[in-house]
Amino acid sequence: MPWPTRGCALNSAALRRLLQNRSFAIGATLTLFIVLVAVFANQLAPFDPTRSNFRARLVEPGAEHWFGTDHFGRDLLSRVIHGGRISLLIGCFVVIVTGIAGTTIGALAGYFQRLDNPLMRLMDALMAFPAILLAIVISATLGASIVNVVIALSIATSPHTARIVRGSVLVVREMEYIEAARALGASDLRLLFGHVLINALAPLIVRLTYVFATAILAEAVLSYIGVGPPPPTPTFGNIIAGERDFMETAPWTMIFPGLAIVTSVLGLNLLGDGLRDVLDPRMRL
Amino acid sequence: MRRFVIRRLLIAVPVLALVSLMSFAVIWLVPGDPASAFADAGATPEQLAQIRHRLGLDEPFYLQIIAWYGRILHGDLGQSILLNRSVSAAIIERLPVTLSLTALSLIFAAVMGIIAGILAAMRHRSWADQSIMIVALLGLSIPEFWLGLLLIFTFAVRLHWFRAGGFVPITESFSGWFLGLALPAFTLAAVQMGFIARMTRSAMLEVLSQDFIRTADSKGLPWSVVVTRHGLPNALVPILTVLGIVTGSLLGGAVVVEQVFSLPGVGRLVIGAVLSRDFPVIQGTLLFVAVIYLLVNLTVDILYAVADPRVRLE
Repeated sequence: MPWPTRGCALNSAALRRLLQNRSFAIGATLTLFIVLVAVFANQLAPFDPTRSNFRARLVEPGAEHWFGTDHFGRDLLSRVIHGGRISLLIGCFVVIVTGIAGTTIGALAGYFQRLDNPLMRLMDALMAFPAILLAIVISATLGASIVNVVIALSIATSPHTARIVRGSVLVVREMEYIEAARALGASDLRLLFGHVLINALAPLIVRLTYVFATAILAEAVLSYIGVGPPPPTPTFGNIIAGERDFMETAPWTMIFPGLAIVTSVLGLNLLGDGLRDVLDPRMRL
Repeated sequence: MRRFVIRRLLIAVPVLALVSLMSFAVIWLVPGDPASAFADAGATPEQLAQIRHRLGLDEPFYLQIIAWYGRILHGDLGQSILLNRSVSAAIIERLPVTLSLTALSLIFAAVMGIIAGILAAMRHRSWADQSIMIVALLGLSIPEFWLGLLLIFTFAVRLHWFRAGGFVPITESFSGWFLGLALPAFTLAAVQMGFIARMTRSAMLEVLSQDFIRTADSKGLPWSVVVTRHGLPNALVPILTVLGIVTGSLLGGAVVVEQVFSLPGVGRLVIGAVLSRDFPVIQGTLLFVAVIYLLVNLTVDILYAVADPRVRLE
């Protein structure tokens, strides 16, 4: 059975199929919900996420504090809402940086054969380090901050993205319409950015959705280990890390922030699955 | 076959050289003077110079690199600053823990993931298929450290079924070893199980739609035989690929899980080194883990050629 060409599926028919795809619908709804909560964090959070109240330490979830309070008496719901804001922000930036770096490297390697071997061996070498270990080491060495977490996670996620872009560029490069454009006298750069990349976008979009999910998971891990954005700025990960010692008496301090991570990541993964089914059927699982 | 193996080894050489360079170069990422990161705030310039000399930071870059390559070719990863022993001794000491953890979780993940994937493919689009895929997706969306904390809370703190970590060598007591590692290994396996189940299912679905499967089915073979004898062997290559990738992720995940369960493995060694800026240990462990990953993938590539002779000709 001939598969649809990778990459040329970004049109209204694809949009219709997307809207009918159940993974996409659930994933998009969850993601939209999480993004809206993050955007309107200031309006939605019932309390100041950093204000301690020592008379209300480790209060169980109830009418006043839906998610309970932590050992400083801070409202957990407000902390999770504001934490989501930072975690999503980090995810967004990682997607942007990885998108640019991965696309550039992958496109250069796929299009200019002389660059292929050196660039891809470099990516192979980066991929030999477990991504999370690489991110932990880079973030800790550069010094824990939001910017450095973004840098660390982007270095860890770019090689795989570059490999995917390279793969689709290699396919599109050999298409007849590229040959036609070249015969019309288009320069290499114009061919690459005007014709090849546009038609290699679909796998990149799918990949970047998963990168977003991975970035949120990895940010939580970095924060948990203690090399993420430093407290008191709440992130999904450092809320859990800060309450580790109270897990036995106050399990809610761990359960709710964790559920927030799972909801965000699940939403993005479903979104990615839906996009993949429609845009990039060859990758279908 | 031998030519295939040799060619594959030759490709690995430049990657290996790059990997060791990158492991070494981590220390250049330190903003400012790396030596001041180790020293107390009140260190004298002489003490700083001494630390710099000890780390070789007073040499030009190219000499540092040559010295590093020279040492690793002799199997010398340097001296830990804080542990009072060589980096290789520190790694070897902690290796049994990490090996036990990753091996046990690879077994969990592979067995359960492959079985779940095959079941889902056999009953394509049924409720069993859908529930397996939902569980797999959930597994992919849960942070390992959080799942670990939940399991500790439920099974160790509340129910007392397992111990929360603690390592007993397998040579001392198998049950002690297993009971100590069951929770961390399951935690580590959960994510990968989802991944393996999804890939196995898609590989099996692809194979099961082929003509020779219809032939095998229509000549009257029981469906289970068709799937296991005709289907599975032809889905092995993608499954092997996944197992190779998974082993890499397991090594990374082990770093986190060892931390959550307080297991004294290589992962905790590297986290401790990261937090205390013990660079020789960081460099050595990075190199060690990456070399293991490359070896695993080399083995997987060679297994491809065993599973599918066409690979050798490419």
